[in-house]
Amino acid sequence: MKINFPHRQFAHCESGVTANLLNYHGFPCSEAMAFGIGGGLFFAYVPFVKINFLPLTTYRIGPGSIFAKATRRLGIKVIKKKFGSPESAENELDRLLEAGRPVGAQTGVFWLPFFPPAYRFHFNGHNLVVIGKEGSDYLISDPIFEETVRCPAADLRKARFAKGALAPKGRIYYIEKMPVHFNLPKAIESGIRDVCRVMLKVPLPLLGVRGIRLLARQLAKWPDRFGEKQSLLHLGHVIRMQEEIGTGGAGFRFIYAAFLQEAAGVLENDRLIDLSRRCTAVGDLWRDFALLASRVCKGRAVGQDSFDHLAALLSSCAVHEEALFEDLRSALVR
Amino acid sequence: MKKNDVPQHSGLLSGNREVNYAVDVDGRYILESSVGWEAKNIALRQAWEAIADELTVVLAEIKDGKKSALAYHMVKNQMDPALLSQYSGVARWRIKRHLKPAVFAGLRPADVVPYAELFGISVDELRFVPEELISPLAGLDQVEADNS
Repeated sequence: MKINFPHRQFAHCESGVTANLLNYHGFPCSEAMAFGIGGGLFFAYVPFVKINFLPLTTYRIGPGSIFAKATRRLGIKVIKKKFGSPESAENELDRLLEAGRPVGAQTGVFWLPFFPPAYRFHFNGHNLVVIGKEGSDYLISDPIFEETVRCPAADLRKARFAKGALAPKGRIYYIEKMPVHFNLPKAIESGIRDVCRVMLKVPLPLLGVRGIRLLARQLAKWPDRFGEKQSLLHLGHVIRMQEEIGTGGAGFRFIYAAFLQEAAGVLENDRLIDLSRRCTAVGDLWRDFALLASRVCKGRAVGQDSFDHLAALLSSCAVHEEALFEDLRSALVR
Repeated sequence: MKKNDVPQHSGLLSGNREVNYAVDVDGRYILESSVGWEAKNIALRQAWEAIADELTVVLAEIKDGKKSALAYHMVKNQMDPALLSQYSGVARWRIKRHLKPAVFAGLRPADVVPYAELFGISVDELRFVPEELISPLAGLDQVEADNS
């Protein structure tokens, strides 16, 4: 049994899942638009939460949030479920598929056999859409892959009940009912305001632009604090969070720039075109950071100097992002 | 990033392509396929080297009789006692005991079944460790060679 689900490849899992589900339910939507309305852009450096034993550095809002916010802002009714046991989780998934409903699921990539081996780490925030079942295999539309994939039921069960940070607990979600009318401009504005708020206004030093500054300060101290080997591991981890499968490049800054460009047309607001260009420029800065950081990791530029240089690059990202989101906020007031 | 600047450094994607966002000559955003980027390949490779290093240490400790075979399988699956405990349902203090060779050797098969099931291997395989490190990077190098 397979649902006729138009699969499109995108850069990021959750915004791709959201865009593909919206598209299936009759609302044509780009990934960038889903990401922007869902307020996906973010930054946080949380040294006391560990991913693969290294500090959590994230360029996006937490798993589940993009889908939840994008659908809420568009007035779409969705159902979300978590489960106490793998059996009940699997029964409910099968029941929904039988009823012809594509189902979004949060999974841990370590257990997904269709992932490139080099990418199979314990990361539990990966989203995909289950679109059918044949024998003991599930059919899956995973937006970061070119084609739909198959996954043995036993593996998907482990992936849905992955443990550790961001444990999905069998979490699934699906669209229950679409509204008759959408207020797209309002949804876009609300998504933009949300991102400006989390990047600028949350009074915690770990989050948003302040989080970037915190990372810059801490990163400069890594060589002293951790020694060379550990500080290089910390640095490599930041690059992976920023660039690894799924961010579309530069820790989602390019996807967001694409969203601002699209939003400029919908809102008929030319200021957003310029802000989109600035967002691209910030993304390019982040790419410079990743490139230099990777050279440091490879031992081509070690020593305190390169860490200071990297910290300076991050500070520059923070300065530009602060100005960008301030201006973005005021661009909405007409 | 401009369309022409989208990197095409093949590496660790096992023949998959991923989508990058870039602007075309008219400044419009497009989705451009990429086989990888050197900066990412370096960072990924580094993460696997760290796992390989840890495995080497663990194998030496097992050889010296300081740790049980469970330690090898735990590290191979990128776990520590805390995560292994969450996955297997075995209490953390018991896992720490099971990491001792003498304790592990005395366990009944039923005691180690949760580990074997989790790692997808048999109870016999769980008691076995390779003589020398089979580097996780070996597989990756193969992938890289196939792609280039």
